[in-house]
Amino acid sequence: MPDSRLGKAVIASPLALQGVTVSYDHRPVVHSVDFVTPPGSMSAIIGPNGAGKSTLLKAALGITRRLSGEVRVFGRPLEQETRHLAFVPQRSSIDWDFPARVIDVVGMGLYRDLRWWQFGSRKLRRRAMESLVRVGMEGFAERQIGQLSGGQQQRVFLARALVQEADLTILDEPFAGVDAATEAAIIQVLKSLRDEGRTLLCVHHDLATVREYFDHVLLMNVRRVAAGPVDEAFTEDNLQATYGGRLSPVQLARLVEPTPAGWQEGTERR
Amino acid sequence: MNEFMVFSLVPLAVSIIISMTCALLGNFLVLRRQSLIGDAISHVALPGIVVSFLITGTLASFAMMLGAGVAALVTVALIELIRRLGRVEGSAAMGVVFTSLFAVGVLLLEWHGAAGVHLDVEHALYGNLESLIWFEGVGLAALIDPVALADLPPQLGRVAWVALAVVAFVIVMRRPLVLASFDPDFAASMRARPALVDLLLVTLVAVAAIAAFEAVGSIIVIAMFICPAAAARLMTNRLGAQIAWSQCFALLAAVAGYLLAGEAPLWLGFEVSLSAAGMIATVAGLILLAACLFGPCRARTGAAQHD
Amino acid sequence: MEIWWRALTFTLGYNTSLVTVGAMLLAAAAGMVGSFVLLRKRALVSDAISHSTLPGLALAFLIMGVWQGDGRVLPALLVGAAGSAGIGLWMVQRIGERTRLGEDAAIGAVLSTFFAFGVVLITVIQSLSVRGQSGLTGYLVGATAGMLYSEALLIAACAMGLLLALLIWRRDLLLLCFDPAFARTQGYDTGRLDLLLLVLLMAVVVIGLKVTGLILIVALTIIPPVAARFWTDQPMRMVALAALLGALAGYLGVTLSSVREGLPTGPLIVLAAFALFLVSFLFSPRRGVLASLLAYRRLRRRVHLRQGLLALGRDEPIFDGLTLTLLRRRGLMRRDGVATPAGRAVARDAVHEERLWALYRRRYPDDALHREHAGLTPIGQVLSADAIMVLEAELPPAEVAQ
Repeated sequence: MPDSRLGKAVIASPLALQGVTVSYDHRPVVHSVDFVTPPGSMSAIIGPNGAGKSTLLKAALGITRRLSGEVRVFGRPLEQETRHLAFVPQRSSIDWDFPARVIDVVGMGLYRDLRWWQFGSRKLRRRAMESLVRVGMEGFAERQIGQLSGGQQQRVFLARALVQEADLTILDEPFAGVDAATEAAIIQVLKSLRDEGRTLLCVHHDLATVREYFDHVLLMNVRRVAAGPVDEAFTEDNLQATYGGRLSPVQLARLVEPTPAGWQEGTERR
Repeated sequence: MNEFMVFSLVPLAVSIIISMTCALLGNFLVLRRQSLIGDAISHVALPGIVVSFLITGTLASFAMMLGAGVAALVTVALIELIRRLGRVEGSAAMGVVFTSLFAVGVLLLEWHGAAGVHLDVEHALYGNLESLIWFEGVGLAALIDPVALADLPPQLGRVAWVALAVVAFVIVMRRPLVLASFDPDFAASMRARPALVDLLLVTLVAVAAIAAFEAVGSIIVIAMFICPAAAARLMTNRLGAQIAWSQCFALLAAVAGYLLAGEAPLWLGFEVSLSAAGMIATVAGLILLAACLFGPCRARTGAAQHD
Repeated sequence: MEIWWRALTFTLGYNTSLVTVGAMLLAAAAGMVGSFVLLRKRALVSDAISHSTLPGLALAFLIMGVWQGDGRVLPALLVGAAGSAGIGLWMVQRIGERTRLGEDAAIGAVLSTFFAFGVVLITVIQSLSVRGQSGLTGYLVGATAGMLYSEALLIAACAMGLLLALLIWRRDLLLLCFDPAFARTQGYDTGRLDLLLLVLLMAVVVIGLKVTGLILIVALTIIPPVAARFWTDQPMRMVALAALLGALAGYLGVTLSSVREGLPTGPLIVLAAFALFLVSFLFSPRRGVLASLLAYRRLRRRVHLRQGLLALGRDEPIFDGLTLTLLRRRGLMRRDGVATPAGRAVARDAVHEERLWALYRRRYPDDALHREHAGLTPIGQVLSADAIMVLEAELPPAEVAQ
């Protein structure tokens, strides 16, 4: 049972971070970050390079050790709950030359559904194929992963997360190095997930698309700068505080405009 | 025929079993870019054995293997310690640890060399395949004769057990093994315990290396951890097929190497026999060379593909 | 003890002194070249080089033995060793470039195959009647005891030459290790520089064979650089320090081995280097383990205490065990989890300070990025009193606690 002293928002949230701190080299790279992911939201984590965004995700998933802080999944400590979380790592963190087919990679998402003596079942294979259909990669199931383009690799990773049928999917820069068509396809899948009531949390680097893609943001630079619904938190003031002097006033003004026009070519607009 | 049964059957069988076992584990070492852990472990078997001899005073197989096993675990622990706490790059940490422990082994050995102990570096490196003679193995009937079978060199039984353990490990742990090799972060997020899988893999590598070390020497072990699996990697893009190829290559290297060592000099008219372990490893290297030149999947595919 | 002292002071005879100096020069060169290789993240290439000298050694021994009756001709052996090491090195490079195999597999494959082939050749030698066979095993583990004067002189001279070459090319090599892409834009041929580095490494390994043996020479190219890395972040200092530590290890090792008959030089040099490494690993104030662990513990306690105080000040529940312990031990919280009066006062200050820090970061984001951004230090120690006054004045009225 979740602790009775916890707030309602924390118990309802698929991922609540409280005071999460991670250090490297005697120095905090993530310092005392609080963030309660609203259930059913699409949230972005935003900040400059080296702001500790990926580290925060890894600490939230229990991959990296925390110096302090609590991570709760629906109010329970992270260590007791893992079925609710799916993770899509950065594409560049993988050796894509690994001898595996697309279907094998997606099958890795079914790890917890199989005991060691089982060799897979028709039902599970169908689940894997369904996720591939959802990301539009069903025709590539037997392809070696090294033969895919960057965008296709990212879709395969997404399919692997889909097959886990998790309440919360955590993505580390899903749009890094992918083409516009893939970006549009991925965002479509993510939005359909949200419409099913699932929660998404993304490290995102393209400030121009934040308003369009996400409903909540966490702005951070080692510490949390601001968090909340995009309209409230994604402000000029907060961006300035997050990025320091690295954004020009013109850039800032464009970014926080509710409907940016012609800011970036190639992205699909609704 | 009788001569083959007595002098060659057991060494050949031991070579084949060891080669295939090491090659099986090697597949994962090569994929994880940890090929050299086998190299490190085979080097530290020497100090392990010397220390165990100094403590127990015997050269009994059990004591030797225990010593080598402890040395292997100490090595792995030290490498991890230096890598994590000292933030030293993995391969450099490995270099620091195994060379230092090897130095301890040589020092102790030379120190006691004066006492007339027969325990030399060469034996450790080359093994003594040739000494695995099956005295009772006269005629095919010996294969079903319990008395003759009881006389089989004990090394054969030991390597067979180790081979069984390795095969069982790979079958039971295949999924976490692949997961942890492909994507450790994702494996951790799935609670597939990649660190535990790492530890188990390294432990089995140590067990295989030590069992092999006693029978065939350490060079063959290092070669067999790497060459067949690396060659297989260049033949196919499927993990299952890669493992199958590696087993074929290991078998081929063991048989061809053993026969070449015994027969090749005779063809050339010399009445000598060459180091069988050395020859097996050499053949394995030649197989890899051929795969590097002609393997259908020798080029990189996944690297740096961006749209 | 007395013999060791005499060895240390170079009064144990001309031959021993020459060997000592030779080993020191060699180890210094190995430390230097090893530093560049380590910075290039290819530390274990020397392992491949050293093992692949064996077939060349054996072949040279065989040829000299058949030709002259005795295979122990150091120059010929060194040439043979260099030849086969060169082939091995070339193969490591080609496998890494042309195939999908990683460098680790290339190194492992080359070292094991070449070494195995060397062993096959040794069994050939053993079957022939060539004199001086026992001399060959000396190359596996090193032997300076029976070293001839001419051999010692050759090794010392070669090591000296290598050291000079390294000094001349140090800047180019450093650039290669530090930023190969930049080096290329500056008109350097990085391929050739890489080759130069590997050739120098190979030369060190080949010359070192006789002194420490084939396996342990690897240690001299790895251990001193790794040890030096603990003391400095500056590459050129690291190279110099590695040379110094290497020379020191050579000095200690050779002199120790002269204390008693039959003590092998190679292992003693390596163990001396390891001892130096161990001291660096444990006690270096910058990156040493003790310093790191202490710093980690201190930081952890500071962060936990701070978070606990902020939680107290904001009336939030505290779950973390360490935080609770720290608060209680300092008398800031009672056993039942209620703040003591002192705790309440300190917590109020912490919350206030946190708000000042937050305001400061918002007002001066650039300055805040450059300063201590953990915000664990009292603000009075970081900012001037005037700056704090300005901030205090700007501070919006405190929100009412819910």
